[in-house]
Amino acid sequence: MADIQVKEKQESTPSVEQTTPGRTFMPAVDIFETERDITLIADMPGVSPDHLDIDLRENTLTLVGDVAASESADEADVLREYETGKYFRQFTLSEVIDQGKIDAKLNDGVLRLSLPKVEKAKPRKISVQPG
Amino acid sequence: MIVRRMFNTPNWGWRSPFDELELLRNRMNTLSRTLSGETPFQRSAGVFPLINVTEDKDYYRVRAELPGLSAEDLDISITGNSLAVSGERKISEEAKDAKYHRRERESGKFSRMIELPDHVDGEKVEAKMANGILTVVLPKAEAAKPRQIKVK
Repeated sequence: MADIQVKEKQESTPSVEQTTPGRTFMPAVDIFETERDITLIADMPGVSPDHLDIDLRENTLTLVGDVAASESADEADVLREYETGKYFRQFTLSEVIDQGKIDAKLNDGVLRLSLPKVEKAKPRKISVQPG
Repeated sequence: MIVRRMFNTPNWGWRSPFDELELLRNRMNTLSRTLSGETPFQRSAGVFPLINVTEDKDYYRVRAELPGLSAEDLDISITGNSLAVSGERKISEEAKDAKYHRRERESGKFSRMIELPDHVDGEKVEAKMANGILTVVLPKAEAAKPRQIKVK
């Protein structure tokens, strides 16, 4: 397997202004679709399950993850290669999602969100009886 | 004298006058950051994972963002004052009929060596993983700790 390449964290520019100061980053995501569902996997290191907010309304999926500072006040920086902050990302979904069956898991800083599609109305044949 | 030290003596071997301008710009940036009390930005080493190192009186702490990795996927060792972190980030295979819309997450092997500014007590180094963040706590060696000297 190839060696992993360094990727700088992408800073996000939310359309809505934040009330709390601090930086906001875009989590890297994988999104794939099968016949039954859409799965979204997002890397959100530092986010614990109770600090993750997933919201789906009117085809817009919003992910917000808060990161608690891991450094205590008496620590001084020696080397700083990455910054920490909130995670924010929004997607527009083209499919109708079955809201009741959404499943989200957060493990080791990786979110796996499963969005099942609503079963399409099956075409019904109407037979005409000769009268 | 100060001016001379900040900008150095002129270098006559330039490739283009713009090189010199770039150098000047970088130095001005460093100067303004130092004056405003910000941490001087250090260029990343370009090796995965990116790390942050902090220190307090007794410890160095090395942190890295490694989402999806658990303790078993990591190999950490210390020799003298160099810390080596290596491992592999695996991304599970999905169903055959999965069609990708986006694929931004990366997988692969990595290994990185971090040189610490001072000696550490290799016996007492501890590492933990929490929510995809690795924290290595390295106690400073007795000789490297600051010592209060009483004036008599």
